[in-house]
Amino acid sequence: MQESNSTVKKAGPVRRLFALPNEHPVKTIVVALILCLICSVLVSTAAILLKPRQLANEELLGKQREILRAVGRYQAGMNIQAEFSNIETRLVELATGEYVSHINADHYHYARAVADPATRVEIAPEADIARVRAIAKYAPVYLVQEAGETRLIVLPVHGYGLWSTMYAYLAIEVDGRVAGISFYKQGETPGLGSEIANPRWQAAWRGKRIYDDQGTVRLALITAGKRDPDQAEFQIDALSGATITSKGVTHLIRFWLGEQGYGPYLRRHFHVGGGQ
Amino acid sequence: MKHEHKKVLFEPLLENNPILLQVLGICSALAVTTRLAPALMMCVALTAVLVASSVVISMIRHHIPGHIRIIVFVTIISTFVVLVEQVLRAFAFDLANQLSVFIGLIITNCIVLGRAEAFASKHPLLPSLLDALGHGAGYSALLIIVASLRELFGSGTLLGVTILQPVSEGGWYQPNGLMLLAPSAFFIIALLIWAVRSWKREQVEKPEFRISHIAQDDRE
Repeated sequence: MQESNSTVKKAGPVRRLFALPNEHPVKTIVVALILCLICSVLVSTAAILLKPRQLANEELLGKQREILRAVGRYQAGMNIQAEFSNIETRLVELATGEYVSHINADHYHYARAVADPATRVEIAPEADIARVRAIAKYAPVYLVQEAGETRLIVLPVHGYGLWSTMYAYLAIEVDGRVAGISFYKQGETPGLGSEIANPRWQAAWRGKRIYDDQGTVRLALITAGKRDPDQAEFQIDALSGATITSKGVTHLIRFWLGEQGYGPYLRRHFHVGGGQ
Repeated sequence: MKHEHKKVLFEPLLENNPILLQVLGICSALAVTTRLAPALMMCVALTAVLVASSVVISMIRHHIPGHIRIIVFVTIISTFVVLVEQVLRAFAFDLANQLSVFIGLIITNCIVLGRAEAFASKHPLLPSLLDALGHGAGYSALLIIVASLRELFGSGTLLGVTILQPVSEGGWYQPNGLMLLAPSAFFIIALLIWAVRSWKREQVEKPEFRISHIAQDDRE
């Protein structure tokens, strides 16, 4: 109260404005405007200043680290960028399986390409087993190079589980066996479905076959009671207490390695899943 | 420190705990307490937002028009929430990912808006700052207790360090899956409320109405 008394005497226009009763419409509008201005300047400054760091995090920790995890080459404290320099990023046209060179693969943004009507590919509901709704025309692949040869192919895959879309990198040997998988973003039930993020469970994927001799995707999560010893090389233990999450994982593998996903690419370039 | 300042600072810890007595901020107390590390990050984030918004609101309290005060509070609170979220995404990527939407949801946390409306908009700077710190600490204390219990019995670890070796890793402890689900936080918070109110009887609420035949018995 003392403040408003003293301000009335020095009658500058700003001070006179602030001396108005709080309920005065002019003061209400002015206070609201000033507040909005200050807040928006603060928020946009922070967003702009921190953006490079956030993007670097996204690239380094969100992508490169998870790809290294999928191929089993990640250790805590390692130089991620240096290790990632052995991995080549290419862009693939999913329908034909051909490499695309007119777009820079390093700066390709998959989610943005799905949103863009020019590159969006709608998936018919009856064919949409992984419940992705739509995919992009082009998708990235990451090739682990050793002595000038491609050793592993890493494919980004995703699909819907019980509560959430699950995102993973699937690493495949050039002979079509799984080299590793890393689920890096998911919101499944803690302790049950979200065990897909558990490295111990992911380790069981290593060495499993994906395609049978006819080129059909056979890899699946199977509950303990239904396991068939003759099919063991195609079967991974389902997560107990997480039937729907496990089904979702099976479906996202079937979808992304099938004809709508990377199937044509793997067949064309690595003769994987092409039938012998 | 003056007596009333001490009271403002320490009362929210036990006598007037935002979660235990006021029963506010329950949503995040359920959602982020499956593990201790994200819960700690949430405590820091909420306390930072609470302190910053209380200080600013207290500073401009003589100039906030009454009609639009709630909008003013929410604008200030959301500004700080966005700032905290941006900083976390730049400097604590993994924790920010684990907390996902719950940092953003601090905007709707009733503790923050509640303190702005009930305290910061009516009191000078120093008491408002202390009140915000006190409520932040009261919220944090409860989150830490709940998260420690849930992580220890749900996964056998604390801050990711194995304490009770689970059976799945060759140990003896069978983790309690319920602890990882939201209902367990309800049970733990309810048990804590029960314990505190048995100790501090004055926190027990008066019944809103009485069933008639019991009322008669009471007359004696």
